[in-house]
Amino acid sequence: MKEERVLLAHGGGGTMMHNLVGETILGKLGNPILNALGDSAVLEFGDRRIAFTTDSFVVQPLFFKGGDIGKLSVCGTVNDLAMAGARPLFLSLGFIVEEGLEGEILERILESIRAAAEEAEVRVVTGDTKVVEKGKADGIYINTSGVGEIRPGVSIAAENAKPGDAVLINGNMGDHGIAVISEREGLSFETEICSDCAPLNHLASRILDVCDEVHCFRDPTRGGVAATLNAIAGQAKVRIELFEKDLPVSPGARGACDLLGFDPLYVPNEGKMLVICPEERAETVLNEMRSDGYGRDSAIIGRVTEEGEGVVLLHTRIGGMRIVDMPYGEQLPRIC
Amino acid sequence: MTARTPARRCIEEIRSLAEKIPSPPLRLMEVCGTHTVSIARNGIRDILPENISLLSGPGCPVCVTPDGVIDAAISLAEDPRVIIATFGDMMKVPGTEKSLERARAEGADVRMVYSPTDALRFAREYPDRKVVFIAVGFETTQPGNALTIERARADGLKNFFVIPAGKLIPPAMAALLEDSDSRIGGFICPGHVSVIIGADAYAPIVEKYGKPCVVAGFEPEEILEGIAMFLGMAVEERPEVVIQYRQCVDRAGNLRAREILNRVYHPADSEWRGLGVIPESGFELNDEYADYDAFRHFGIEPRPSRERKGCRCGEVLQGKVEPFECALFSRACTPEHAVGPCMVSSEGTCGAYYRYNRKKM
Repeated sequence: MKEERVLLAHGGGGTMMHNLVGETILGKLGNPILNALGDSAVLEFGDRRIAFTTDSFVVQPLFFKGGDIGKLSVCGTVNDLAMAGARPLFLSLGFIVEEGLEGEILERILESIRAAAEEAEVRVVTGDTKVVEKGKADGIYINTSGVGEIRPGVSIAAENAKPGDAVLINGNMGDHGIAVISEREGLSFETEICSDCAPLNHLASRILDVCDEVHCFRDPTRGGVAATLNAIAGQAKVRIELFEKDLPVSPGARGACDLLGFDPLYVPNEGKMLVICPEERAETVLNEMRSDGYGRDSAIIGRVTEEGEGVVLLHTRIGGMRIVDMPYGEQLPRIC
Repeated sequence: MTARTPARRCIEEIRSLAEKIPSPPLRLMEVCGTHTVSIARNGIRDILPENISLLSGPGCPVCVTPDGVIDAAISLAEDPRVIIATFGDMMKVPGTEKSLERARAEGADVRMVYSPTDALRFAREYPDRKVVFIAVGFETTQPGNALTIERARADGLKNFFVIPAGKLIPPAMAALLEDSDSRIGGFICPGHVSVIIGADAYAPIVEKYGKPCVVAGFEPEEILEGIAMFLGMAVEERPEVVIQYRQCVDRAGNLRAREILNRVYHPADSEWRGLGVIPESGFELNDEYADYDAFRHFGIEPRPSRERKGCRCGEVLQGKVEPFECALFSRACTPEHAVGPCMVSSEGTCGAYYRYNRKKM
């Protein structure tokens, strides 16, 4: 490791985390499957392909507008599977509980896990519970892992993005990050902002039903749309150009971002997906997305323009152009 | 709110006025981090005519804080009795050996706050600890800090202190123009600061140095309109202070906020990173509030600023070089491994260039 100690910034989804994962972790544990660093590992069993993923949840506070740690722990893993083009099937559930957590809180979290699993049509099939002394964990931490079966015939990976592709998103950016930070800091805004936390597997499946040429799905969680598109641009070695006027942000989230000094492009989402597909199919995909409950505000936000250095650029509202860079350090800790 | 002039019209006006500007090129300096970021984020430099350029001045409170003050804050953070409360940007600024962020990873109690009242809350919650708030900022944020100090006194809190690192903008603008190497043709004055101090605060600068000043808002259209207004004055050679940001700024400023400032602070000579000591440019606590001064309480005297080898933040802050001209920029100095403060702060000039404009398009 470059640094002597782990800093919060190492968990931020930005360059430092990419270095930690890419150098320190892959350096010891790298193998062809892990090295792909997709949202899910893709495992081949004969002609069947299984997606396998894991995610840990340490959000603080445990409950926020539009969701809680339980819902998040199901949606996060379900979405990672869905972004690999898989139908999520089974989840594992690991709890690390702090001594003294109220039973009622644990039950509320379990109920929300149940409801989210039901909506996503996945089953929790194995689990583990550990309790640690008071003060050693912040209420509860949850880990979920999941497996799903990848739809035959689809090939979804960041490297597939190529010039001539359109970039779409299924709605407003930044609501999750703003909802959690508002709850944590006791901030209130004129319009209440709810987390977008949602399982996206049904939406992803509908998109693949109308367009089997989708090149890439990614959920812009930590580091937001900016970090995710930079990762895609880097892996595919392409230039992605976005149009500021087309970026969907709710007025409430925009106001909150202005006040807090955040850029909505960098604020985490938990119910958003980026879709990269050939431009000529973009309208069809967009219409399908807009007809889904989790895609009403979908928009085409940019294009993949050329091969070369992986970079994301933004055409500003007033006709200028700027870089949309990978975020640095930890912007919003403990958001998921 | 007044309707903004559309960007397209402002750009046309800027182009036609720029044709009337005699050589050499005209350089406007903005002295506000929010402007710096808005200009970079919106790609405003790209769309200006070649003979009009924008310089970024000492408008980022974190960047102008001398590194001696940062080191002093870190040494306080390492005292187990102390809780340091600070705005987030301050966390990563490198001191001589480490940053507050690193001190925190090593066990120091450093907490990020959004408001000085959060620091006051810590003081109430932890009566056995000493809470030190790093009060960086310009005229915009200092009234809030002043009110917090008054509140601490009213509540009889004995464990709340501030590092008085607040600064005044107009003395720094004057100091920049005093420099014989100055390339500054005039100022885009800070919007938020001007809400408090009023546009008339810049009148002495216009009078003494003959440089136009325009107080602009932060939306790209507002900045463009401000530039057009500035060029109008430059073409007609009638320097004045004009206000583009009319919905928030007037001539006199916020009298109540200024009164609060005067109750708690008085201007004193103050060191700015890169600019040295500027007369009457810092907020020092009045005698009746001197007990709240963390340096005085802990008996610390911050050492004078000492730039790191190769770092040109000082010249960047004076508008003498652009970040690209620093050999460290985007090589040894990046937001994650910053050498100088202008790269660390979200409002710093180097950080804004790095984030938004580093690769020429």
